[in-house]
Amino acid sequence: MIPLSWYLFLSLILFTIGVLGVLIRRNAIVIFMCIELMLNSVNLALVGFSSYIGNEIGQMLVFFVLVVAAAEVSVGLAIIIAIFRNRLTVNIDEINLLKW
Amino acid sequence: MNFYNDLLGISPVLIVSLAGLIVVILEALFKKGETISYFLSIISLILAGLFAIYTYSMYSTAFNGMVAVGGYASFFNFIFCVGALLTILLSKDYLAKRNINYGEFYILVLFATAGMMFLASGVDLIITFLGIELMSISLYVLAAFARTDPKSNEAGLKYLLLGAFATGFLLFGIAFIYGSTTTTNLKVISANFQNYQNDFLFWLGVGLLLVGFSFKVAAVPFHMWAPDVYEGAPTPASGFMSAVSKSAAFGAFVLVFIFGFNGTNEQVRYAIAIISVLSMALGNIIALSQTNIKRMLAYSSIAHAGYILIGLASANELGKQGVLYYSLAYILMQVGAFGVVSIVEREENKALNINDYAGLGHRKPLIGVLMSIFMFSLTGFPPFAGFVGKYYLFASAVQAKMTWLAVAGVLATLVSVYYYLNVVINMYLKEQPAEVLNNPEQEKISISSAFAVLISAIGIFIIGILPTLVTRYFEKLF
Repeated sequence: MIPLSWYLFLSLILFTIGVLGVLIRRNAIVIFMCIELMLNSVNLALVGFSSYIGNEIGQMLVFFVLVVAAAEVSVGLAIIIAIFRNRLTVNIDEINLLKW
Repeated sequence: MNFYNDLLGISPVLIVSLAGLIVVILEALFKKGETISYFLSIISLILAGLFAIYTYSMYSTAFNGMVAVGGYASFFNFIFCVGALLTILLSKDYLAKRNINYGEFYILVLFATAGMMFLASGVDLIITFLGIELMSISLYVLAAFARTDPKSNEAGLKYLLLGAFATGFLLFGIAFIYGSTTTTNLKVISANFQNYQNDFLFWLGVGLLLVGFSFKVAAVPFHMWAPDVYEGAPTPASGFMSAVSKSAAFGAFVLVFIFGFNGTNEQVRYAIAIISVLSMALGNIIALSQTNIKRMLAYSSIAHAGYILIGLASANELGKQGVLYYSLAYILMQVGAFGVVSIVEREENKALNINDYAGLGHRKPLIGVLMSIFMFSLTGFPPFAGFVGKYYLFASAVQAKMTWLAVAGVLATLVSVYYYLNVVINMYLKEQPAEVLNNPEQEKISISSAFAVLISAIGIFIIGILPTLVTRYFEKLF
C-alpha cells in the first residue's frame, strides 16, 4: 500500500504550484485555473486522509468541494465576461481603476 | 431531538432560503417583479427574525450535531436578519438611482443571509465551509452587480479571485484538521483537545484556518481586497459586505477557535493579537489620508476587524461577549453609515468625496444628525453602542493579562477620532458648494431609506444606553 505521506506531498506540491500561479500569472482566467488546482489538491489530501483513517467524512467533503468549485467557476467566468465586455482585456495589471 | 424539532431549530435559515427560491421563480415569471420581490424579502426577513427569537431557548444542536440551534445561533440569526433588512430597505431607491433596479439583488441578499446563518451556527467544519461559500459566492455577484460600471466589475473580480484564493487555504486547514483528528465535528474535537497538543498536522491546520478566516474578516495582512471591493460595489451592498458578512465570519471564528479549539494555545492567541494590532494600526492610519468616503469607511472597517480580534485573542468569557455585542453594534453603525452615503450619492458615482458633505448638516438636518451619530459611535464616544462594545473588548484583554493589547486599542481609537470627526466638521462647519445650492432637488430622500437609517441610529442609542438589553442574552449561549 502506498503510504499516506506520498499523497500529502503530492497534494502539497500541487497546492504550492497553484499558489505560485495565482501570485505570478497575470491573466484572470489562468489565475482562476490555478485556484481550481488548489481546491483539487485539497481534494486529493482529503481522499488520502479518508482512506488512511478509514472513515468516509473526507470523501463526503470532497463532493461538497466539487459542487462549490463548480458554482465558483460559473460565477467567476460570468464576472470575467462582464469585465471583458467593458474593457476588452482580462489582464489584471490593466484592471486598475480602484487604488489608494 | 426529533426531526420536526430540528427543522424548527433551523427555521430562520429555511424561511430565508425558501423566500430566496420563491423570488427566483417570481423574477422569471413576471417582467416587472422587483416590487413584489422587495416586499417578499422584507416579510421573510421579519418572519425569520421572529423565529430566531422564538427558538432562542432551545440551546441544542440539530441534525446529528451538525448545526447549533438556539442561544448563540439565534442571536446571530437575529442580527443577520436586522442587517439584511436594513440593506434591502436602503437598496430600493439606490438601485433605481443607479439604473440597476433588478430583483436579483434581493435574491442575492437573501441567499447570502442564509449562508451567514449557517456559517455562524455550524458546529461541523463542513457546515462552516458550505456557509462561508454560500455567503461569499452571493457576495461576489453583489459586488459586481452594476454590470455596466467598470468599477463594480473590477470590485467583483478582485473579491472573487482573492476570496477563492482564501477558500483554498481554509479548505486545506480543514483537511489537515480532519486528518489529525479523524473528524470534522467541533464538539468531538473540543472533547479530545488535549490529545492534539503535540500534533504538528493539527496546528498546521489551525494556522491555515486562521489565514482563511483573516481573509474573510479583512484583517491585516490579508486585507488588500477590502478597500477596492467596498469602493466599487453598489453602496448598500458595501455596507452589507463590510458589516454583516464580517460579523458572520466572526461568529464562525468564535465557534471554531473558542468553542471548538478551547481557546487554542498561547502562541495562536499571540498570533491573533499581532494580527489585531496590525489591523488597528494600518486601517486607522491609511484611513486618515482617504478623500473618498466609501474608501475611508473601508479602511475603518479593517480597523474594526482589529478591535473585534482583541476579543478572540483574549479568548475569555468577556471577550466572547464583546465579540457578540460589537457584532450587533457594528452592523447597526456601519450599515447606517453606508446608508447615509447611499442617500447622498448621486448617479454615476458622484458625491462620494468627503468634501461633498460640506454643509449637509444645514441642508438636511436629519441626515446630518444621523451621520454624526454613526461617526461618534464608530469612534467610540459614550453613550453610543460603539463605546460599550470597545469597553467590553478592551476589558477582556486586560482580564486575559494582555494589557498592552488594550493600550494599543485605545491608541488606535485616538487616531480614528481625526477622520471620523472630519466628516462631522465638513457637514456643519464648511461652506455649502454653490452648485448644490442651485439644484436643491438633486438630493431627494426617500421614506424607506430614511426609515432604515433612522432605525439604525435609534438602535445604536438604545443598546448604547441600556447594554443589558442585549448582554442578558449572553448569559447562556449553549
